[in-house]
Amino acid sequence: MGGTIQGATGTWEMVIGLEVHAQITSNSKLFSGASTAFGAEPNTQVSLVDAAMPGMLPVINKVCVEQAVRTGLGLKAQINLRSVFDRKNYFYPDLPQGYQISQFLQPVVGAGTVVLDMDDGRTREIGITRLHLEQDAGKSVHDLGPDRTYVDLNRSGIALMEIVSEPDLRSSEEAGAYLRKLRSILRYLGTCDGNMEQGSMRADVNVSVRRPGADYGTRCEIKNVNSVRFVQQAIEYEAQRQVDILEEGGVIAQQTRLFDSRKGETRSMRSKEEAHDYRYFPDPDLLPLEFDQAWVDEIASSLPELPDDRKARFVGALGLSPYDAGVLVAEKEVAEFFEEAARDRDAKAVANWIMGDLFGALNKSGLDIARSPISAAHLGALVDLIADDTISGRIAKDVFDEMMKTGRPPAEIVDQRGLRQVTDSGAIEAIVDAVMESNPDKVAEYRGGKDKLFGFFVGQVMKQSQGKANPKIVNDLLQQKLSG
Amino acid sequence: MSTSLTSLTIADARAQLGDRSISARELAESHIAGIEASRALNAFVSETADRAIADAARADARLAKGDAGVLEGIPVAIKDLFCTKGVLSTAGSHILNGFVPAYESTVTANMWREGAVMLGKTNMDEFAMGSSNETSYYGPVLNPWRRPGDNRDLVPGGSSGGSAAAVAAQLCLGATGTDTGGSIRQPAAFTGTVGLKPTYGRCSRWGIVAFASSLDQAGPMTRTVGDAAIMLKAMAGYDAKDSTSVDVAVPDYESVLEDSVKGLRIGIPAEYRIDGTPAEIVALWESGIAWLKDAGAEIVAVSLPHTKYALPAYYIVAPAEASSNLARYDGVRYGLRVDQGDLTEMYEATRAAGFGAEVKRRILIGTYVLSAGYYDAYYLQAQKVRTLIADDFKQAWQKVDVLLTPTTPEPAFGVGEKSDDPVAMYLNDILTVPANMAGLPALSLPAGLSSQGLPLGLQVVGRAFDEETVLRVGRALERAAAFDGRPAPWWRSS
Amino acid sequence: MPDEDLAPMADELSGILKWIEQLNEVGTAGVEPMTSVVGHPLHHRDDVVTDGGCREDILGNATETADGYFVVPKVIE
Repeated sequence: MGGTIQGATGTWEMVIGLEVHAQITSNSKLFSGASTAFGAEPNTQVSLVDAAMPGMLPVINKVCVEQAVRTGLGLKAQINLRSVFDRKNYFYPDLPQGYQISQFLQPVVGAGTVVLDMDDGRTREIGITRLHLEQDAGKSVHDLGPDRTYVDLNRSGIALMEIVSEPDLRSSEEAGAYLRKLRSILRYLGTCDGNMEQGSMRADVNVSVRRPGADYGTRCEIKNVNSVRFVQQAIEYEAQRQVDILEEGGVIAQQTRLFDSRKGETRSMRSKEEAHDYRYFPDPDLLPLEFDQAWVDEIASSLPELPDDRKARFVGALGLSPYDAGVLVAEKEVAEFFEEAARDRDAKAVANWIMGDLFGALNKSGLDIARSPISAAHLGALVDLIADDTISGRIAKDVFDEMMKTGRPPAEIVDQRGLRQVTDSGAIEAIVDAVMESNPDKVAEYRGGKDKLFGFFVGQVMKQSQGKANPKIVNDLLQQKLSG
Repeated sequence: MSTSLTSLTIADARAQLGDRSISARELAESHIAGIEASRALNAFVSETADRAIADAARADARLAKGDAGVLEGIPVAIKDLFCTKGVLSTAGSHILNGFVPAYESTVTANMWREGAVMLGKTNMDEFAMGSSNETSYYGPVLNPWRRPGDNRDLVPGGSSGGSAAAVAAQLCLGATGTDTGGSIRQPAAFTGTVGLKPTYGRCSRWGIVAFASSLDQAGPMTRTVGDAAIMLKAMAGYDAKDSTSVDVAVPDYESVLEDSVKGLRIGIPAEYRIDGTPAEIVALWESGIAWLKDAGAEIVAVSLPHTKYALPAYYIVAPAEASSNLARYDGVRYGLRVDQGDLTEMYEATRAAGFGAEVKRRILIGTYVLSAGYYDAYYLQAQKVRTLIADDFKQAWQKVDVLLTPTTPEPAFGVGEKSDDPVAMYLNDILTVPANMAGLPALSLPAGLSSQGLPLGLQVVGRAFDEETVLRVGRALERAAAFDGRPAPWWRSS
Repeated sequence: MPDEDLAPMADELSGILKWIEQLNEVGTAGVEPMTSVVGHPLHHRDDVVTDGGCREDILGNATETADGYFVVPKVIE
């Protein structure tokens, strides 16, 4: 997925920009006092304002503004102390006012940056053009009746941040990394839960192609894609579609498209949708949004440590590799788990246990780290038991599995099952001697040159010791005795 | 006796209710009878007699305890642009067919809390768009005034034509109106009544069907300036549910009404002397100037150079905002729905059937002036001109305290006389619109009769939130004019 | 809008627009458009749930509803 497409006539480069709509975490809506909780019965979280009853008026929710500013700060972006709400006018049943209150010419947040952590350890800076506040629309349900659409306005009026990236992304892989990073930042800040399946974060994907070094080509917008995987698939399909057209000598029509996840294809929306002139004008029911730098500074001082800074700290102070640090900071809960488990311990060892065994086990059980049966303290204790030779690495895996099943502390499991490592060289030596005595033919074969049999002896000794013999001592003794 | 009860002022009724020489019930009943006998005027869309009786009973109980609100027991009519809980609210339009709000507008809620009695909802130009009350789905309202010896129907003015007619015909002691470009003041002038448009932000817009959000303002329509002061006190006040509402204390407007105007500086703006204005209107203006001078005020000539651009700028800004405010009327959640074909066809059919011609005209203009490519030349330009208009007033306030002008360029005209030329109709608002564009308080009061025996009004415009001075000057004019004209009740069926 | 009304409406509209155009006479270089008549800051509310949960009021005036939803004819794609 390098982002380039080899056509018959040469190489094409993908140019991608993302507009992410992120629902703001708040108790009530942007301009009304109705609840924002997910999953309620239809039209039970709708105020008269949300239903656009005659004579209703908007009043802004201060926390939503704060969340937008907080996000802007997390994106290292310019905060505009004065911004204006505009009406975006169009008709649709899930838009009861017949207009959406949004921000057009003067958004609350300006230019910023997101740093991507690529799989190969590279980082890339992606520009943010702007972030603005706007109302979410309701939901139209089309499949409850053959010729009827059902409309639920619970979502109507929930605060959204529209975060627009510069067209700096060059591959579907980068687009995925961008979405994951953005989601991570939002979750760290607590301004959006980033749950794409529930629709609290959605992406409109702008895709165009060009010859490397040439001007930007005509782009198409793929609307409302609700998973990272679908975003990537949509980009791959759309870029290829455009290359195919251009290679035939055709021209790309600027279109709004939808991603059909079943077929993995994009298709054009009704052309009537395109000719939209939204007739933006400042909303006369509201005044310009103004706040002072002191308030912004107050919010800035309350920001948590963000993923990039935390990653730098894990690399610098704890000695992790950038890749490992990147994996561990992606989710705030994981980073916190790691830090607790790694306190006063070998950070690298803890990191390996988390990224390998713990993630594997959690994935298999469909759990997230918040519901891990193994606590951070217990994982740390397990690492301690290995570090002080109480148990071997091999035994530790068994102990880990038991911890996953029962949630009990490792020391308890080790004691109860008698899994302590045998480190007494005398005892091990006795077993080694016994094994060698019972297998004289194999000893002879080994001494005769069959080196591979070493593993057989190791296996036998481990078996005789129920796996508890310290592997290093076993190795040393066998080496010593077998070489005779 | 019934007829005399309906000719009371709010102030007198308040006194008589207070000393229990009359009851709220008989006051309500006499008005209900008057309304029933006056249907020829078509001033009401809904009559709420049962509600009025119930309100009156509550008022009588409170009056007996000495627990009276500002409007306790006073029968009033409410323009059908205000959403009234449990009572049909139509905005004079078919598209709100059957709409019964589950909520009460803040202004009317204030009035009910102060003990007012609801007689009904008055007829109006559709969505407040009009200057003659001829665009209502419910048919035109007729002006109680006629030229003596001439029985042609005249318009009461608009858009608050029903409220104006009801007040003039003594069908209520006071009525609410709204004023976006003159819709309280112009019908007040046409019907020989008093109408006040308060400062923008003085009264809450919450629950009032929106026409042009940056211009709409609710206000009282009464038979005397004193009554307007009483009603305004009940109506006004900060509302946190309206972001354009201003948190300024509501003064006791009545208390300063009779204060002398000696030493006040009255501005006479040159640009309000429009070419072609009938001589009698100019003469009335001169009378007004003389009355105030006699009362000790100082007369100062002022200039508001951008006056003539106020009207075209208004006819860009108001339709633009209206085109967006009226987008919610789509048949989905309330009002008329014409079920025809798919969703798009339903929208189109519903709005085509639900809106009248003037509303459609303004929506089209509004959509046009906001469209890409035209926004800068029209809407943005109009908003800039608006700043200049407001600045003209600010400059004037350095030299004067209020302005005195005629309210309209002519008296009430005949029904159907101006329906063919929209621009001619729009010119009715030429003297009232600047105050809306600048958000300033303005009052119209009857000051004399035309040569044809029809009422003429004078307008007083004041500084923002200085309704006290506006009312005080109005009161001085009212005393001097001693206007006692009353329309002969041709419309009564009994 | 019925076709027979279109032509006279178009005439009226061009008449109105022509009359409006006199605004272009006004020099407005350097003039700020009026963003609000009131001069005070935007009032805001606290983030508390104070509304909603009134489905009957919300649906009460609708022509067609079902199972708590508003119902409209489908958009034909």
